[in-house]
Amino acid sequence: MTIRKNQATLTADEKRRFVDTLIALKRSGRYDEFVTTHNAFILGDTDNGERTGHRSPSFLPWHRRFLLEFERALQSVDPTVALPYWDWTVDRTPRSSLWAPDFLGGTGRSRDGRVMDGPFAASTGNWPIHVRVDGRTYLRRSLGGAVRQLPTRAEVDSVLAMSTYDMAPWNSASDGFRNHLEGWRGVNLHNRVHVWVGGQMGTGVSPNDPVFWLHHAFVDKLWADWRRLHPGSPYAPAAGTPNVVDLDEPMKPWNDTTPAALLDHTAHYTFDAA
Amino acid sequence: MPDITRRHALGAAVALAVTAGAPLTAAAADDHGDHGGHDGPEAFDEVYRGRRIQGRPAEGGGHHHGAVYAVFVDGVELHVMRNADGSWISVVSHYSPVPNPRAAARAAVDELQGARLVPFN
Repeated sequence: MTIRKNQATLTADEKRRFVDTLIALKRSGRYDEFVTTHNAFILGDTDNGERTGHRSPSFLPWHRRFLLEFERALQSVDPTVALPYWDWTVDRTPRSSLWAPDFLGGTGRSRDGRVMDGPFAASTGNWPIHVRVDGRTYLRRSLGGAVRQLPTRAEVDSVLAMSTYDMAPWNSASDGFRNHLEGWRGVNLHNRVHVWVGGQMGTGVSPNDPVFWLHHAFVDKLWADWRRLHPGSPYAPAAGTPNVVDLDEPMKPWNDTTPAALLDHTAHYTFDAA
Repeated sequence: MPDITRRHALGAAVALAVTAGAPLTAAAADDHGDHGGHDGPEAFDEVYRGRRIQGRPAEGGGHHHGAVYAVFVDGVELHVMRNADGSWISVVSHYSPVPNPRAAARAAVDELQGARLVPFN
């Protein structure tokens, strides 16, 4: 059974295996397929039209399935690897071990945002940015550059306290847990973290930065935490909602799973701590 | 997959029109006050930090509720999107809404640090 651990607790060997596996997926071309899929949904999901991966109730089950697909790809290279999560309420500075050269590498240099250390620095030759929206082929970051502070634990708790999963109009204007976690409204959790990292993480091709997976693994854990806090609160909407994935409707691009089938993460993995 | 083909085709058509020298009217006033209405923001055309940024309602915008509006940086289309609250994002600054398409274009120029946009298709 896969156990997803807090990245701060990984051993040196676990970090090395995770990094090596990412680089193997990158070399094979499979990594970039995930970047392409994410960007297609970023471009296609709209508040007044069809919306599946983002700005909609299925933001959480869609990313749960997307991460499961990615984790299975990792495990096809090294079966011992699981996705770690980044609790950005605790590891909230560029000095966190997350950004050390033995793991993800640090922030970009000021001149052009280029990441200069770690296994994903362009100079290694192991991490070319192929799926991109501009001409730059190197990984970029500006940790804390565009927004100073990552969300605090108190801000996370204020969102976890919202008992309604999602509300009409089921988009970036909604009240409720999903949109506050996604960040289009309120204190802004998920979106703000993308902006805090900067570089490709601020763009539609955000999975180019491996921290994408650790960020979303924590967002996914917050959904699990929320379900435990509100056992009587269902996924919504239940049925009959145009352009929106209802509880029992299949989700693109897989078309073989529904939000209902993804509510219980323990069928696929557990977390190291409640 | 989301139905992005039609919009992309539309974007390509607009890009062709611009390349062919179709005039773009500079906005006389800032495009505020566009909150939830069916009319898109006005066109703009300016040089910002050494890059030419342009924006205008795209052809056929009236068929689709929500924005169909095209933004260009040095003649290459920047994919932009309007949120339900009237704010805007672009593909190079996707998680950080700004008030209007001109602000999205300027944010893109800031983010690009001189790099060229890759046309989306």
